[in-house]
Amino acid sequence: MGSSEDEKVWQEVQASPEFQDLKRKFRRFAFPLTVAFLVWYFLYVALTAFAREWVSTPVFGNINIAFILGVLQFVSTFVIMYLYERYSTRVLDAPSESLRDKVDKELAK
Amino acid sequence: MNSTTLSAILFVAFVAFTLVLVFRAGRTNKKSSDFYDGGGSFSGFQNGLAIAGDYMSAASFLGIAGTIALFGYDGFLYSIGFLVAWLVALLLVAEPLRNSGRFTMGDVLSFRMRQLPVRGASATSTLVVSIFYLMAQMVGAGALVSLLLGITDEAAKNWIIGGVGILMIIYVTVGGMKGTTYVQIVKAFLLMIGAILMTLMVLWHFGFNISDLLGAARDASGKENFLSPGLKFGKDVLDATTGVVDPTKTLISKLDLISLGMALVLGTAGLPHILIRFYTVPTAKAARKSVNWAIGNIGAFYLMTIALGFGAAALVSRTTLFRGYKVDANGCLVNAAGLPIEDAGNACTKLDQFASSSAAVHAAAVPVDPSGNVAAPQLAQFLGGGVGTTGGAVMLAVIGAIAFATILAVVAGLTLASSSSFAHDLYANVIKRGKASPESEVRVAKISAIVIGAIAIVLAIGAQKLNVAFLVAIAFAIAASGNLPAVLYSLFWKRFNTRGAVWAIYGGLASALILLVFSPNVSGLPTSLIPLVEGGPRWDLFPLANPGLVSIPLGFLFGWLGTITSNENNTAKYAELEVRSMTGAAIGKAVQH
Repeated sequence: MGSSEDEKVWQEVQASPEFQDLKRKFRRFAFPLTVAFLVWYFLYVALTAFAREWVSTPVFGNINIAFILGVLQFVSTFVIMYLYERYSTRVLDAPSESLRDKVDKELAK
Repeated sequence: MNSTTLSAILFVAFVAFTLVLVFRAGRTNKKSSDFYDGGGSFSGFQNGLAIAGDYMSAASFLGIAGTIALFGYDGFLYSIGFLVAWLVALLLVAEPLRNSGRFTMGDVLSFRMRQLPVRGASATSTLVVSIFYLMAQMVGAGALVSLLLGITDEAAKNWIIGGVGILMIIYVTVGGMKGTTYVQIVKAFLLMIGAILMTLMVLWHFGFNISDLLGAARDASGKENFLSPGLKFGKDVLDATTGVVDPTKTLISKLDLISLGMALVLGTAGLPHILIRFYTVPTAKAARKSVNWAIGNIGAFYLMTIALGFGAAALVSRTTLFRGYKVDANGCLVNAAGLPIEDAGNACTKLDQFASSSAAVHAAAVPVDPSGNVAAPQLAQFLGGGVGTTGGAVMLAVIGAIAFATILAVVAGLTLASSSSFAHDLYANVIKRGKASPESEVRVAKISAIVIGAIAIVLAIGAQKLNVAFLVAIAFAIAASGNLPAVLYSLFWKRFNTRGAVWAIYGGLASALILLVFSPNVSGLPTSLIPLVEGGPRWDLFPLANPGLVSIPLGFLFGWLGTITSNENNTAKYAELEVRSMTGAAIGKAVQH
């Protein structure tokens, strides 16, 4: 099979509603989440730079707001990882695999 | 038996064990492409451990624990940046990269571009980033040896750097990706065991009360604000003559902190030796699982650095952490200018009087080693029972051997990434225009591993005076400024083209390097690479030590500008890239150009 026919397969699949739907579902989830964790991270860094008095306020014994915010960065990282894994297995993996099989079959023709 | 001998025995045992693994891996390598991707057959769990082993360098283990031990909270900022960075890799890079590339970062960047310029740019930036990172690790290895084995002889240090270099060349040329992966898995396992053991011992010491641990660390540090940010990064800068806070300089110092945070969080997903690890698993799903495992391991480890760093601050004396203070020929403590410190009419304070001397002496004394790299090994010795006990010697030896293992695993990964890129991007696709046989390609990769290893040995021996953290910061800044914009545009921007990719990579790389040359890292301060002397030359026109805040946006800007000023736009190839990256169709098959 020539490469111009391959090219047609890629373009047809790219234009197909199934693919566009998969792409939209991925971007709708991953892009806002990326913006969210970056904003949250830079907010944390900015607070440690510009709100030193406030983040030094003790909460439990010697544990101050700065420690709690820092540990929350770890927690949010683990939570986002869990959410993305769950979303991928529930929403993205099946259509992605069925499109892959379809394309590989077309290419093998 | 003392800890030096024991440390050496444990390290030799580690080297022997990993060499057996590597030679066995070398025998099972069948296809020539196995050199690059280890057959692409590792599981998500195995690759997750290997990623952790590749990523957690000696700078993480010794450096972060040391920074926390000396500067308190600020060291924790590194841990957070290095971890959160993995979300960029997880959400945007790992899966599409696995789906659309085969061996190198250049595979994805050049997918829909003209091969020569983009492969060339990608290989250049891979080599630059990897060599800076390699130098950092090997300089660290030399310093670690002098620390743990008590070697101060320069020639002996050079032999150690050479030895580390030769071992990494053997790992890479004999075992390829498979062998390197095994070494990284073993190292990650050892590092986690060591960290867990020490963390439990520290927590047990404080009755599992973290607040007590932090309180004890603060009291031992003698610094009221030890548990707050600001002792190392974003410090308030006082005006030299009036003694009041200088608002402009203070703002610059705080922006430097933001700039560091930016390079940490955006650099990881642009590090070539990390990116190629996603090719060692068969599917995007496995790549995702490997990042999940990596985040779990790396996150747990960085949480433990809190206990290790504050534990060292609380339990190891600051004189030990600093490896003592500088003294003059008469044995008197000296200040930064090298003059004896006067204290309440006393012209000379001896080192053994330090503990009982005034706060003014404490403030003026100059540490022998301000990096704190000894914090983790010294803490291990304390936890084992202290200086002169068998337990202390055993713990020191074990942690020292783990630190060596850590360095070896990381340098092997870096050598592999740079030799892969040299052979696959430059030799096969630029020099031979895609006509090289797979066998000749791998032969070139092995030769380049030897050459790059040799170059790294020579550079590291020459760079021993350079600060390890500075070298790592350069690598992260270049990766975030040049590689990340190119990778993200490539995967997600339809309009992106050859000129955009080339401008993003070279523009980001040059911005980061040029800003560094004009930064206070290089000139203008007594601590600069070229120390400031009275009336001497200085060219620190750029005030930030970390270039990321400016160079990362510049990298994205150059990529955008290059793209819109060129008419080239390969929509047919973008269709293939997009469908491949989202579905994994034709995975691992070469792209027709």
